[in-house]
Order: sequence, then structure tokens, then C-alpha cells
Amino acid sequence: MKIWQKNLILILLVVLLAAIPLWLLRGAEFGGADGEAEVAIAQLNPDYEPWFEPVLEPASGEVESMLFALQAAIGAGVVGFVLGRVTKPDNHKGAH
Amino acid sequence: MRQSGFNRFLLTGGMLAALAGSLMVNAGAMHIAEGWLPVNWCLLWGAVCIPFVVAGFLSIKRRIDQAPRAKILLAMCGAFAFVLSALKIPSFSGSCSHPTGVGLGAILFGPLTMAVLGLIVLLFQALLLAHGGLTTLGANTFSMAIAGPILSWAVYRLLRKMKAPPALAVFAAAALGDLFTYVVTSLQLGLVNGGMEKFLAIFAVTQVPLAIAEGLLTVVIFNVLEKYSQAQLQELRVL
Repeated sequence: MKIWQKNLILILLVVLLAAIPLWLLRGAEFGGADGEAEVAIAQLNPDYEPWFEPVLEPASGEVESMLFALQAAIGAGVVGFVLGRVTKPDNHKGAH
Repeated sequence: MRQSGFNRFLLTGGMLAALAGSLMVNAGAMHIAEGWLPVNWCLLWGAVCIPFVVAGFLSIKRRIDQAPRAKILLAMCGAFAFVLSALKIPSFSGSCSHPTGVGLGAILFGPLTMAVLGLIVLLFQALLLAHGGLTTLGANTFSMAIAGPILSWAVYRLLRKMKAPPALAVFAAAALGDLFTYVVTSLQLGLVNGGMEKFLAIFAVTQVPLAIAEGLLTVVIFNVLEKYSQAQLQELRVL
């Protein structure tokens, strides 16, 4: 099997892994696991008060998703750049 | 040549698709949140991390001196962790979590390197995204940038000693390291609050499909490196 075929199958599997829960649990909230952990702490330790607040909190869900997208975009950009370098035809000459 | 171009195209496409997917999911997060560990535990975990991070800086320097051409792969390992920890993926528990992406770097450069790269990712998220936190940075660094990568690295080395195919070893190492990160997070919260199984149910169970996804994505990158960057992988003694 060619390498792109292998990788295409792997990527499709990842998409399926992410999509199946959405399909199986249509009523679920899909909130963050850390939010649930805060609820669990509040149940186990009702007196516990968080003693520090985040220095900067994104102004809204939109701003937060923008920052997460930015994080992923920066990362994906670098990964793509490096893979482009690595897979370029004259790579064996070691011209980096 | 067309084939490698297509391969690149697929990778970029896959990443963009994953990126788009992450935007549709409601924001939530998974590291220990700001202020949710008592002060003495924050200090303890911070202190535990310091030697690993210092050793990580030295280890990066040594690796770069040894294999200067691997520098570009180091950048990619950091970037890979950046992408994967931005992707909050729905799981079978009905909540969301994200992979860590630190397994790849641990396999290529050893676990200490990831103490530094993981810390950078966590700092970015703590400072700009109110995700994780500065007070819990030590605890989160320990789970994601130290414990997980050490397990990934050990699993990879062990499986390779047992003559497992590299791709399989990479998959198992990345997936188990990812899962272990959240087991450690659960332990950290359980030690303070009790109710370990509750935290394991929240974090570790949610993480199972995501760990598999991280394993698969790490293999995607590894497949390309194995084909096109064999010399560097040998220099780094990965193959």
C-alpha cells in the first residue's frame, strides 16, 4: 500500500472516532472534562474555593475559539512546512 | 514526485479538516484549572518539574549538537503538540477532551525534550486561553510533559526491543502516553480530594478514544518520516 493510502485510512479513522460519539450520544452536552472535574471537586470538597483566577480570560466563546484556532493553525503551519521540506525530491542530498 | 505532493496535500487537508471540526465543538478544556489545586500541592508539583525541565534544555542542546539536521524535526514535534492540544474532540463519555501530541517528540527526541516543549504549550494555553493555569502549571507539566512522554518513550523502546514493527510501536507509545497523562491528572486530583475513581471516570475514560486518535495521527506523521527522513531517524536512533 502506498504511504498516502495508508495515511488517508488513518486520518479517516480519526474522523470516525470523533464523529461516532456525536452520532451515538445526540443529547449529550459535550462540555469540557475539566469543567466536570470542578463539579466533582465541589462535591467531594464542598468547602474548597479556587484561590486563583486566570490572568487573562478570553472575552467570549468566539474569542476563545479564535485563539484555539490560532494555536492549531500555527502548529499545522509548522508541521506542514517541515513535512514539505522533508519530502522534497532532493532530500537525499541533505540540502536543508 | 506527484505522489509525495499528494501526500503533503492529504496531510494538510487532514489537519485543516480536524481544525474545522474543533471549531464546531463547544469550548471546554481538560488540564487542572487555575486555582483548583491547593497552594502546597502547586508548589510541590512545580518543584518536581524543575529538574526535568532543566535536564530537558540540556538534552535538547546535546541532541542538536549530535544531529544538527534534526533541528527541523524538533520544531515539528513542538508544533505537533501545539496542534493536537488545540483539538477538543467529543468522546463516548459525552464530554470533550483533547489529545496531548507529546508522544511523537518523546519517541524521536526522548522524554526530557518534551518537558520543555510541553511546558511551552501549557504556558501558551494558561496565559492566553485561561485553559489549565499558572498555579497548576507544575501539576499539568508533570502529567502532560513529563509522565506521559516518559511512558511513551519507554513503550516505544520496549516494543522495538521486542522487534515490533515501528508503526505499531509508535501507535502504542503515543496512545498509551496520552492515556497515562490523564491517569496522572486523575491521581493528582484524587490525592487532594479523594474520590480517585471519580476523576478517572471523568478524565481517563473520556480519553480512551482520543488516545487512539492520537496514536493514529502520530503514525501518520511517522509514516512520512520513515519514508523520507530515514537518515535523521537513524541519527536519532529511533529506527
